[in-house]
Amino acid sequence: MSKSVLSINDVEVGQELESRTIHVDRARLVQYAGASLDRNPIHWDERLATSVGLPDVIAHGMFTMGAAIEVVSDWVGDSGRVVEYGTRFIRPVVVPYQDGADVEVTGVVKSVDVQRGRATVELTVRCGNDKVLGRALAVVALS
Amino acid sequence: MVVNADFAGRAYPPTAPYAVGREKIREFAEALGAMDVIHTDPAQARARGYRDVIAPPTFAVLIAQQCDRQFIVDPEAGIDFSRVVHAEQRFVHHRPLTAGDEIVGVLTVDSVKEVGGHSMVTTISELTTIEGEPVCTATSTLVIRGGE
Repeated sequence: MSKSVLSINDVEVGQELESRTIHVDRARLVQYAGASLDRNPIHWDERLATSVGLPDVIAHGMFTMGAAIEVVSDWVGDSGRVVEYGTRFIRPVVVPYQDGADVEVTGVVKSVDVQRGRATVELTVRCGNDKVLGRALAVVALS
Repeated sequence: MVVNADFAGRAYPPTAPYAVGREKIREFAEALGAMDVIHTDPAQARARGYRDVIAPPTFAVLIAQQCDRQFIVDPEAGIDFSRVVHAEQRFVHHRPLTAGDEIVGVLTVDSVKEVGGHSMVTTISELTTIEGEPVCTATSTLVIRGGE
């Protein structure tokens, strides 16, 4: 069963979305590399990653961006309602072989335009103490 | 090396059509942990008003990166791919990418700036169906790190 889609009348500024922790390990990065066709070895080969000056293997920025928006899609109840989504990649998510990494995603409603049926959500995406995405803003179309 | 500022405004020819497929959407959604059934179940997608399963919001990057590649491998731009860092990404969806779409992308180099010895290049990929229906505008900012 699919959930019903969020109504614009149920959205208000300051509303917090259900937060989520995304566990990232090497297997996940290999899976994303295959799915996205971004096979850059810095995302799976630590020997290569460290040879170009990275601390270790890092997650694809687009993996983090794509996984984080799920907080919004789940809140709305329909991924197709995300009409705009943008971010800056400010720090990499470093993914050690042994334990991987945990990415914490929270979201808050920044603005609501009932007339146009649009709401803007700002996501905060952290790994440890580091903010990894900057200005992560999504606009959803609701009725 | 620094990217020639003359590249600003340059447009490339449309890419070869990319056929958006159900199984690629499923694979991409699974890799991201995107659980919405409209990525995997055509009947559920239709029940929500879509023609077929739809792609997660960042799927467009597959096609946008094909567009960007034209610029990155352009011998005139002289870019060393190992020095390219993805700095910013934005999508404006006119409608969701849907299984069965055949998408072409037209790349424009929007701006080229030099910041502290690095080049910062913003590209815009307009993704449309082969029939010409606008689907997504993808804007990427790439930093090409300068040599030491």
